[in-house]
Amino acid sequence: MPIHDQGYRRYGGRREAHGRTWLVITRAGIMERLRERKFLGLLLIAWLPFLVRTVQLYIAANYQQTAQFLGPSAGLFHQFLQQQGIFVFFITMYVGAGLIANDRRANALQIYLSKPLTRVDYVVGKLATLLIFLIAVTWLPGILLLIMQMMFAGNLTFLKANLFLFPAITAYSAVAVTLAAFTMLALSSLSKSRRFVAVMYAGLIFFTAAMYQALRGITGSRAWLFISPGDVLDVIADKIFRSAAEPPLDFAVALLVVAVLLASSVFVLERRVRGVEVVT
Amino acid sequence: MNPVVKLDRVTVRYGRQQALRDVTASFPSGAVGLLGPNGAGKSTMLRSLLGFIVPEQGQMRVLDRDVKQSALAIRSRIGYMPESDAHIPGMNAVSFVAYCGSLSGLPHADAMQRAHEVLYYVGLGEARYRNVETYSTGMKQRIKLAQALVHDPDLLFLDEPTNGMDPKGRDEMLELIRDIAHNKGLSLILSSHLLPDVEYTCDYVVVMDKGTVATEGPIATLKGQGGRVFELRVKGDAAAFVQVLHAEGLECHETEEDTMRVFVPGDGLANGDDARRLFHLAAAHGMQVRHLRASVPTLEDVFARAVGER
Repeated sequence: MPIHDQGYRRYGGRREAHGRTWLVITRAGIMERLRERKFLGLLLIAWLPFLVRTVQLYIAANYQQTAQFLGPSAGLFHQFLQQQGIFVFFITMYVGAGLIANDRRANALQIYLSKPLTRVDYVVGKLATLLIFLIAVTWLPGILLLIMQMMFAGNLTFLKANLFLFPAITAYSAVAVTLAAFTMLALSSLSKSRRFVAVMYAGLIFFTAAMYQALRGITGSRAWLFISPGDVLDVIADKIFRSAAEPPLDFAVALLVVAVLLASSVFVLERRVRGVEVVT
Repeated sequence: MNPVVKLDRVTVRYGRQQALRDVTASFPSGAVGLLGPNGAGKSTMLRSLLGFIVPEQGQMRVLDRDVKQSALAIRSRIGYMPESDAHIPGMNAVSFVAYCGSLSGLPHADAMQRAHEVLYYVGLGEARYRNVETYSTGMKQRIKLAQALVHDPDLLFLDEPTNGMDPKGRDEMLELIRDIAHNKGLSLILSSHLLPDVEYTCDYVVVMDKGTVATEGPIATLKGQGGRVFELRVKGDAAAFVQVLHAEGLECHETEEDTMRVFVPGDGLANGDDARRLFHLAAAHGMQVRHLRASVPTLEDVFARAVGER
């Protein structure tokens, strides 16, 4: 008789309630990325603009002669978040491209969906993985920058005068990262190759921007802006940060474009995230 | 005892193609074989029970719960080993199996402990820190079984578990399945087109053909169902002789090496009388009998009868 039986034993322990499975997926997704040095490097680089802006705010707060051209303004936060757009793009490509594509390549969807989780849990888990990283390079440094300004200035004068900045940073970050995450996740569900998905996403961003420029050149009208998601986001940012510039597109139309893109992404995900692919 | 799975007039359609046609079946607890040729609807049935496919009509109950209403509760109590290669990319075996445990609701520490245990149980203990993507086909089959077992389900769905395995690996896998069903108190449904696999591991069988249930029952009962089986080899026009046998009410199907298996229904005659009857028929139709031997009924005969009758 063996001293210790390494055979199969029944499990009598605790089981978590349903509904929190998406957290397991998100946690695993985040840990997987954080184990990669290349990705940590990308995250670090994404925080360099924050460092530069922090130094700028420090100098403006401590050297009065620089306050005029380095001093804080709503535009500074607007610019900062728009600059972070490039990191949103790279992180979306790096983290998002393989989120569903890799699972489709490895037939993992039938493993996931044979467990006690719904398709919504799966999508939310994957979406949250990407959203958390995107928030970490948009909303988080944006808010921290605002806090830094208060700390360096030693008063709340700027904040009181620009109280809308807290919701503005939150709202713009929310729109930008949600749009990027949903679009990427939908594209990721369309292919089994993360490289192909990355190319599709880059194509979507650059091709639509190029198309807009071409149509604008041909027709002389800026109304074509609605075909370029990147430029649509700029219109939304201008409105949220109360920019004085003349908007090339109505704010409501810009929001409608975002809504259509989100709805299309949800539609694609609903069609593609299934335990079995039925070809008729 | 209540059946672990019950289907009531279930129809599943892929476009115009009906994969399951008005299927009514029940699977008792223990080891049940879901047998049928490729395309019979076995995998479709399992996928419908998992909720991957919504049937056009009919009701399905698993572990006394309705699949439509309690899909999550059911899935927390079943383990599924899919037919095709499936894993979570970028993980080693322990992480993968533990992850599947966590997805099934086990706390992380318990999931990790169970992962080590089941990996040893399925024979991957030494390879548990290797990336799953580097595994051989046989190892991938074992890891699929491990992920299905990690949360200690009450019911296992095994879809073609020995596909692509070498003979030794296949025997080991069948031994594991037999052990799970007979010694560990789990019920399982083994979907396969391989008759010996089902015969070795299961006590009950549901035979499917063209999207319907051809026959079902305990294997021992089905094998012993009134009648005898003979191995027969003849010289002459075998195809014509098969027609003659059919006309006489004898079922007949060919096996390898020109030998046919003839099923003589009824309990009336002894073996010798049946054999004599076959000799007479052969003589009457100018056939030479080269080999005639009474045989033990196998699941193959059950399958051939069930599918052949249709």
